[in-house]
Amino acid sequence: MARLVVDPVTRIEGHLRIEAQLDGGKISDAWSAGTMFRGIEIILQKRDPREAWIWTQRICGVCTMVHALASVRAVENALQIEVPENAGLVRNLIAGSQMVQDHVIHFYHLHALDWVDVTLALKADPAKTSQLAQSISNYEKSSATYFKGVQDRVKGLVASGQLSLFTSGYWGHPAYHLPPEANLLAVAHYLEALTWQKDFIRLHAVLGGKNPHPQTFLVGGMSTAMDPNEPFAVINPERITFLRQLVRGAKKFVDQVYIPDVLAVAGFYKDWFTRGEGVGNFLSYGDYGSGNQTDAGTFLFPRGVVLNRDISKVYPVDPAQITEAVSHSWYDYSDGDKPKHPFDGETNPKYSGPKAPYDFLEVDKKYSWLKSPRYQGKPMEVGPLARMVVGYAAGQKEIKAAVDGVLKLFNAPPTVLFSTLGRIAARAIETQLMAGHLEQWVDALDSNMAHGKVAICNTTRWDPSTWQASSRGFGWHEAPRGSLGHWVEIEGRGIKNYQAVVPTTWNAGPRDSEGQRGPYEASLINTPVADPDRPLEVLRTIHSFDPCIACAVHVVDARGRDYTIPTAPDLKVG
Amino acid sequence: MLSPELDVSSALARQGITRRQLAKFCGAMLATLALPDRYLAQVVQAVGKAKKPVLVWLQFQDCTGCSESMLRSSNPDVAEAVLDLLSWEYHEVIMPGAGKAANSVLDRVVNEDKGKYLAVVEGAIPTGEGFCNIGGHSAMEIADKVCRNAAATIAVGACAFDGGLVRAAPNPTGALGVQEALPGVKVMNMAGCPHNPANTAAALVHFLTFNDLPALDQYNRPLFAYGRIIHDQCERRAHYDAGRFVVDWGDEGHRKGWCLYKMGCKGPAATFNCPVVGWNDHTSWPIRAGHGCIGCASPRFWDHMSPFYDRIPSVPGFGVEVTAGEIGLGLVGATIAGVTAHGLIKMIKPAPPPPPVRETDGLTVNQEVQQPRKEN
Repeated sequence: MARLVVDPVTRIEGHLRIEAQLDGGKISDAWSAGTMFRGIEIILQKRDPREAWIWTQRICGVCTMVHALASVRAVENALQIEVPENAGLVRNLIAGSQMVQDHVIHFYHLHALDWVDVTLALKADPAKTSQLAQSISNYEKSSATYFKGVQDRVKGLVASGQLSLFTSGYWGHPAYHLPPEANLLAVAHYLEALTWQKDFIRLHAVLGGKNPHPQTFLVGGMSTAMDPNEPFAVINPERITFLRQLVRGAKKFVDQVYIPDVLAVAGFYKDWFTRGEGVGNFLSYGDYGSGNQTDAGTFLFPRGVVLNRDISKVYPVDPAQITEAVSHSWYDYSDGDKPKHPFDGETNPKYSGPKAPYDFLEVDKKYSWLKSPRYQGKPMEVGPLARMVVGYAAGQKEIKAAVDGVLKLFNAPPTVLFSTLGRIAARAIETQLMAGHLEQWVDALDSNMAHGKVAICNTTRWDPSTWQASSRGFGWHEAPRGSLGHWVEIEGRGIKNYQAVVPTTWNAGPRDSEGQRGPYEASLINTPVADPDRPLEVLRTIHSFDPCIACAVHVVDARGRDYTIPTAPDLKVG
Repeated sequence: MLSPELDVSSALARQGITRRQLAKFCGAMLATLALPDRYLAQVVQAVGKAKKPVLVWLQFQDCTGCSESMLRSSNPDVAEAVLDLLSWEYHEVIMPGAGKAANSVLDRVVNEDKGKYLAVVEGAIPTGEGFCNIGGHSAMEIADKVCRNAAATIAVGACAFDGGLVRAAPNPTGALGVQEALPGVKVMNMAGCPHNPANTAAALVHFLTFNDLPALDQYNRPLFAYGRIIHDQCERRAHYDAGRFVVDWGDEGHRKGWCLYKMGCKGPAATFNCPVVGWNDHTSWPIRAGHGCIGCASPRFWDHMSPFYDRIPSVPGFGVEVTAGEIGLGLVGATIAGVTAHGLIKMIKPAPPPPPVRETDGLTVNQEVQQPRKEN
């Protein structure tokens, strides 16, 4: 028996450490630890709830804007504000494009190198690569000359002795199975996707001024003023044309590059349809409705819970059943280890792990900055797989047709979805669905504007004097990595308590007081590891969840803590 | 192991990037850096150097937004070339190897390229124990080892600059920016939330060309990017001068692109070149998207520029009515906090438009940044 440590886990957002027990070349137990803490929720205390989104947006710069959306929804829920339809459409467009862009980046830049050996691309025949490309897609960049150019570029890097970004790779690892031509195809599209992602996300610049961290959310709506006759309106006919061009380009890239690549790569790694299962419970808050987003019946991704891999039943989501435990997390609760609902959330950061430098964490005690969220006391997986499983089980027509199509392609039953490869397939399926819906939201904005419907923000409660003395609310969003919830309590004009329960906390959290493993920990059991110094297999399964650790680590409360906002001696005026 | 004949120009040629395109790219860099044309040959030559300098990118208490921002680097035809200019060997969010494989790269660079490599830092560094450990080592330990042995350190984003959001009151983790966490280390700060990759790319090229950092202000931010007040460069400035203001989100003024001052815009108190270089390949910037500036490139902006929707109180020469006598010539952050204490409502109620600014130089909040300071 040997202890395997992977730290840092790279190609993820944030600081994640995996410790695992190896037994006969397989993992017999695993521990997932978040090793960085910032305390954003403490920092939010007393601040203006209208600007909470600006702060919480910085929880994450990869899935940037998801915390902004959850935050404005939470505050709007507390203050009982209904946003205009146009604001809902702009939010769908910003969030939907985020999902598409983020998923494509995940596949190529965060996950592909687990399956693709860059150095094998050198052995590929560009002519055969061209044939392969043309056999799976109509994408126009598919000539032998094009692939020769990419191959020469990789050759240049290798010949220079300076591999740059590719320096640390596990090249030649026995778990790589792609033929040289598929490797070359994937490397070419790795580079294409790098260019595509920054071109497409100009959509966020149009509607938010910049990306990462677009700056246009408002409690009550959006700051994207619309006017069919004004050249300086954020949304006008000229901008609509540009938005339409961007979303059409995204759909094309997803349909012609991303989807064919995922299917091609998956075909060589079918054994990963049986590995990396996880906890078998799935949660989706649901999202992407029409109008003001409050009617769950209109959601593109349905709301629901599936338990024990039983897709014959979908349970409703009861917000009261969500709790977080800290029995293995570096926090103290004032009254023991009893899990708490987000509205009653209470946390005091208290690091009790080993002093750095250290070799191992004390995994039998507290070992992570992540808490352990539970639904009805059960660990739940959230994310693309959870959304597709819940949608499939709920009989959502688009989702069912898309999932059945992929299963038919691999001649496999729905149970293969509960796997490492199942997560990758689910992510691709929902990306394609989402890419297909973006244009309808552009069209709806265009139509509203043409008909004189230009309301973009409900400002009836902008003035804090219109607020009740105290209120509380929550806002949910299906972010790229899964179900995201913000809970806020407002007192007077300031935030009294704020908590975010975040997708990666659900997935990457440590054991709870009952000893139940979180999804990452459960998914690694029985994973074979050919070479402990090059734990490629561990990365495959962990990456299939698309970790976002900065999101996952958060803290609430510090009720009663007092401080004053400091002055700025370096900003003297006059 | 290195081939001495290696020439980046021919490597670029293999990627279909011609000498002419390279020169064009370098020309764009000159423009961003505000260098005269006669430097073009020097930039082209530097960019075409044989061995590529090694760069390592460290992430501490961060959100990875600055890494993502770098991926949006905006000269589309040559963005790849920007990466190929350097041997970008350690960067957790995109490097293939994890754990031991990653850590050994960092150790090798520090040992073998000592004094020659560039270190980029993203995120704040906590002084409290256990708040950021990587590979079993503390952020402080890693930063100290890597930055002290680097040719230069570039702090990208607000958190690496001065602790950013992580350091905002009550600073639960004792977070600091790089230059305060590592006294004596040569740091260039690319402030902003996130940093603007157009500026960072330009600063990198400047370093490759002259083997030195560009001229810096007193906060060690390059003057070319941080030396001008946003309000003075703003496309909505004419509306301010004419007294045309947005007073309610979505109102006529908002739809017509009028001045956002009354909605809390911090443009008059902030410096950055957003209005000139824009974001995401010059597509837009926050004020164009209808929202006020939050002053994200300014020192300790999270505490000093918030509440973000409160109107900036009276600044001398800025001609604002509300609380001039009440708050006097205080500090921006302090005055805003004070005004909040005196009554938020007063700030939010519609007020008569301020008269046009008569003395634009009267806004002295950031006048000190005009003084170049090269060394730290």
